[in-house]
Amino acid sequence: MNWYGIIAIWRFEMARFFRSLVQSIVSPVLSTSLYFVVFGAAIGSRIDQIEGVSYGAFIVPGLIMLTVLQQSLQNASFGIYFPKFIGTIFEVLSAPLSAFEIVAGYVGAAALKGLMIGLIILATSFFFVDITIQHPVWMVAFLVLTCISFALLGFILGIWAKTFEQLNLVPLLVVTPLVFLGGSFYSISMLPPFWQTVSLFNPVLYLVSGFRWSFFGMSDVPVAASLAAITIFTLACFAVVWWIFRTGYRLKA
Amino acid sequence: MSAIVQIKDVRKAYDDGFEALKGVNLDIEEGEILALLGPNGAGKTTLISTICGIVNPTSGSITVGGHDVVEGYREARKLIGLVPQDINLQPLEFVMNNVNFSRGLFGKPRNDALTEEVLRDLSLWDKRNNRINELSGGMKRRVLIAKALIHEPRVLFLDEPTAGVDVELRKDMWAVVERLRKDGVTIILTTHYIEEAEAIADRIGVINKGEILLVEEKEALMQRLGRKEMRIELAEGVERVPGALSGYDLSLEGNGHTLVYSYDTRGERTGITSLLKDMQAAGLVLRDVQTSQSSLEEIFVSLVKENA
Ligand SMILES: Nc1ncnc2c1ncn2[C@@H]1O[C@H](COP(=O)(O)OP(=O)(O)O)[C@@H](O)[C@H]1O
Ligand SMILES: [Mg+2]
Repeated sequence: MNWYGIIAIWRFEMARFFRSLVQSIVSPVLSTSLYFVVFGAAIGSRIDQIEGVSYGAFIVPGLIMLTVLQQSLQNASFGIYFPKFIGTIFEVLSAPLSAFEIVAGYVGAAALKGLMIGLIILATSFFFVDITIQHPVWMVAFLVLTCISFALLGFILGIWAKTFEQLNLVPLLVVTPLVFLGGSFYSISMLPPFWQTVSLFNPVLYLVSGFRWSFFGMSDVPVAASLAAITIFTLACFAVVWWIFRTGYRLKA
Repeated sequence: MSAIVQIKDVRKAYDDGFEALKGVNLDIEEGEILALLGPNGAGKTTLISTICGIVNPTSGSITVGGHDVVEGYREARKLIGLVPQDINLQPLEFVMNNVNFSRGLFGKPRNDALTEEVLRDLSLWDKRNNRINELSGGMKRRVLIAKALIHEPRVLFLDEPTAGVDVELRKDMWAVVERLRKDGVTIILTTHYIEEAEAIADRIGVINKGEILLVEEKEALMQRLGRKEMRIELAEGVERVPGALSGYDLSLEGNGHTLVYSYDTRGERTGITSLLKDMQAAGLVLRDVQTSQSSLEEIFVSLVKENA
């Protein structure tokens, strides 16, 4: 294992994160607080408790997921896209690094950033609502798996994208809708039956549901299904990344 | 000496079908300085990129230090330092951090003494805490060289290192190259500047349209292909080359005051003695004689033309 190489990439990526500290941390905290004010206080006061959980608390897992997904994806996609764009990727490609080590560097750093932001949002939400976490270990496990899988997806996106436009469009057009329609702010049991069935095809539903279960012990889909879904999703991303390095797709001529 | 880089029948066809390398064979000896000369688009950068793992060869094999660059990429790449042709640097990074980053990528712990030495050698020490986007073009190229040297490579590729570079940097760079040569580092440089190849290389390879046309010791190459010219100044000008001398390759210059004789240093005899005798017989009076060897540039141009 080329540990120094992985650490070098980590440090580089983390430096980028801390260089834009305001953007990295303040903006998710601010937008989360706004969600609490708007959804939790304004709308929540008109919504009953959901299965014994106040609406304000109910949306916490969804809010964390929303931001963590976006951040992991965006950090990973940008982290690999930018060196490709300005040409410094040659350094990484010509270094004695295996594909796994390159991924561990870029995806690991992006996932870590996502995790940090997730925990910061969790801390922020304690200021707004009372929450007790029933299964803290599972909570962390779901969070970590989500960060890794979406950082992997971001890595794939960053390699695939040929323009900044593509880089921004996919999260905007695909990921954000999936998150909003994935039960982040509601239980799918509140939907008409047809839309409940449609929701079951949304992978993000399984993430949010499992994550919410770790907080409150309740879920839209069985926890086992959530675990299976996120595992399959992560493995699928790994498979694509493996293929990318095997063929050199958009990395090597 | 043994070959530290062995290139066997390497072909590269890019996605658009263009064949940039058409079966390249080349052995690079340990400790030598090899200059790869070739016009734009000859395939120099492609060849270097396949050795360094940036471009996948379509077929053929390459070893560095005995390690296959695909199967044994880790061991092979550890030996290689690359200074790319284009200035690709992360603009917001600090100089010293970014140089240390390169050492990390190659699996080595930070070595502050070495970092200082490399930065000082390249006159970058004062700029170590500057961001890269605050540097001039020449300074950026120095950073690229520092990044390639910081992991102590045994084989260094310099891809057109002096294109658009000021005299100062060129001098510094050749000083560094000289030091590396003393340490036994193998250096491969591509260049347009033939004087450069002439000045520092041990061997010269000529590449054109994806093919290596020749690789030869610099001296031998100059000898073998070098034609010499003898310029003979006459005391009194002539209107044309006298008929008695028509058997020689002569031309007239300087209003008939200079006879230029070109001859091949390869030949058994240069023909100089008999020419001078015949000139005397023809009644020409010599004032001065001068010889000069044709430059590598002329050799190069004629080679590329021959194979066009
Ligand atoms: N990524 C690429 N895709 C297609 N053709 C390329 C690519 N890179 C280089 N070429 C072509 O390959 C040939 C050799 O290029 P290069 O190796 O850069 O030459 P040199 O470094 O000798 O100037 C050129 O004709 C160039 O246009
Ligand atoms: Mg080139």
